[in-house]
Amino acid sequence: MSKRVLLQGNEAVVEGALAAGMRFFAGYPITPSTEIAEQASLRLPLCDGHFIQMEDEISSMAAVIGASAAGVKSMTATSGPGFSLKQENIGYACLSEIPCVIVDVQRSGPSTGLPTSPSQGDYMQARWGTHGDHPVIALSPSSVGECYTLTVRAFDLSEKYRTPVILLMDEIIGHLREGVELPGKITPAERPVYEDPECLRHPYHIPEGAWVPGMKPFGQGEFYNVTGLIHDEEGFPTNSNEAARRLVRRLLDKIEKNYDDIVTVEEFMTEDADTLIVCFGGTARAAKEAVLEARAAGVRAGLFRPVTVWPFPEKELFALSGRVKRILTVEHNDGQMAREVERAVRGRCETAFLGKIDGSVITPREILEAVKEGRRNGK
Amino acid sequence: MASELIGKYMREDKLPHIWCPGCGNGILMRDVAQAIDDLGLDKRKVVIVSGIGCSSRAAGYMDFNTIHTTHGRAIAFATGIKMANPSLEVIVITGDGDASAIGGNHLIHAARRNIGLTVVVFNNSIYGMTGGQYSPTTPRGDYGTTAPYGNIDRPFDIAQLAAGAGASFAARGDAYHVQKTVDLIKKGIAHKGFAIIDCLTVCPTYYGRKNKKGGAVEMMKFQKENFIPEEIAARMTSEQLAGKRVLGVVANNDYPELTEEYAALIARAKERAGGGK
Repeated sequence: MSKRVLLQGNEAVVEGALAAGMRFFAGYPITPSTEIAEQASLRLPLCDGHFIQMEDEISSMAAVIGASAAGVKSMTATSGPGFSLKQENIGYACLSEIPCVIVDVQRSGPSTGLPTSPSQGDYMQARWGTHGDHPVIALSPSSVGECYTLTVRAFDLSEKYRTPVILLMDEIIGHLREGVELPGKITPAERPVYEDPECLRHPYHIPEGAWVPGMKPFGQGEFYNVTGLIHDEEGFPTNSNEAARRLVRRLLDKIEKNYDDIVTVEEFMTEDADTLIVCFGGTARAAKEAVLEARAAGVRAGLFRPVTVWPFPEKELFALSGRVKRILTVEHNDGQMAREVERAVRGRCETAFLGKIDGSVITPREILEAVKEGRRNGK
Repeated sequence: MASELIGKYMREDKLPHIWCPGCGNGILMRDVAQAIDDLGLDKRKVVIVSGIGCSSRAAGYMDFNTIHTTHGRAIAFATGIKMANPSLEVIVITGDGDASAIGGNHLIHAARRNIGLTVVVFNNSIYGMTGGQYSPTTPRGDYGTTAPYGNIDRPFDIAQLAAGAGASFAARGDAYHVQKTVDLIKKGIAHKGFAIIDCLTVCPTYYGRKNKKGGAVEMMKFQKENFIPEEIAARMTSEQLAGKRVLGVVANNDYPELTEEYAALIARAKERAGGGK
């Protein structure tokens, strides 16, 4: 049975996480994500889950990975500066293949920046924040309802692919309140666990047809080693170039080769569009409004919204780029996704950009003007 | 006895270890295994967590659920493991730099919370893995590759630091006095709440060479003569103890343990949410 409730985006994340089976949360207070920690501290004990406010962002990320290694679905939430601090351990979770969900409610940067102002300046940090070549899945909600559904999806993808998943929110969505229809009972995904004797001897062994290892959580009688060093199938450190290549390649491939399972987009009025707006997260709400206003003024505009923002939905955008005259990327930064757009479009149509770095929101009017003007640079 | 412990608790195919000849870490790793054996712990319920550095390679050699984490963060990872499954016996193996420099914040806060972890510090007074830089426990005036004119920092006493931060059990052991150190580790594991055993070990390769302390034998002899078990120290005069370090319990208190407190919190929260039921 679904039910209709009034929720804030940050609150909806916690509802989604609990529905997905989250039973551990570690965090550190930071605007504008703090309501997620507050709500988690209130709700988790009622579900026999654990909440802890750690001494800093780094230890929050570490505790989340530890709890997940013990078999409990775990999440943390933060914002720009805190997201930077978590990066080393996010890389650890990538390499050791321990599922977890990281929520980044973006705020205006760089540095301490404008703590209460919206921004989408962490788009590239979500992709390349941790060092080394690594896989990334990042999802970006555009409504309170999506805060719920994409948090569930973030957990499902994280368990399935045994990798950290980033819910890349922004202050607009985190603090937005709207009525949402919460689904009834959902069936969350669980991480693969293999009983194959070969896998018991070699916990990081990948059976035929699988993408990820299937070791049991700590405490269930299977003894194995987890490390952030390049490791072999037994989970032991190795300096072998071949083992390093094989491991890192598989980590990248498990996401890249499952693109179709991971990537989702929203298309709005794209069928006959000659001007396509590419926009994600909270800013996409203004873009949708601008599409409607452009249509009313006789301009055939459409919206392409990456819901999965990493991997970038390049296949879908490339297909559309053959049908439109112009693509306008609108983001709340100085043009981070715009480069991905250019890479995906490969010169098949004209591209332009509208962005903002002053902490104020991008309005439908500004987008409409950019659509009409056909301007190349919104800076 | 040692070989029996190896068969029972070590991943024999991963041995020999990477530690230098004369390093005290192997003795301390054995002490941890001995303590686990003496207490008759269920192997399935033991998780060994380590950070980064020479000390932290121990996790890989020990046949339990082991997790070799990021530099300084072992206690934070261990906190998540213990919270997620309080029935686990979570033992952290860390070094002086890992625990008290980069991980110092996690150390004091875990002590303050009194979460039921046992932290065994392999304290060699130097950064060994990176080649001999001075650490927070390098004595004043000693040399390291980054202290070519002598260290001017004042060192931490890790056991006292943890006790000051509220650790309910803190103790000091060493590499030479095996029985004493095993006993302290056992007390730490059996203790309900946060327990730390700061174990002074020897690094002849870097600390010893840089500071002209002789080889492994001379460094062990130094521990034998200058580190005094508490029961012996109790019979000595203050003149006799001048310049010596006492091995033993530094703090032992009965404070509420975090995961038990959380279980009570869950019951309280449910009762409140249940309202008039």
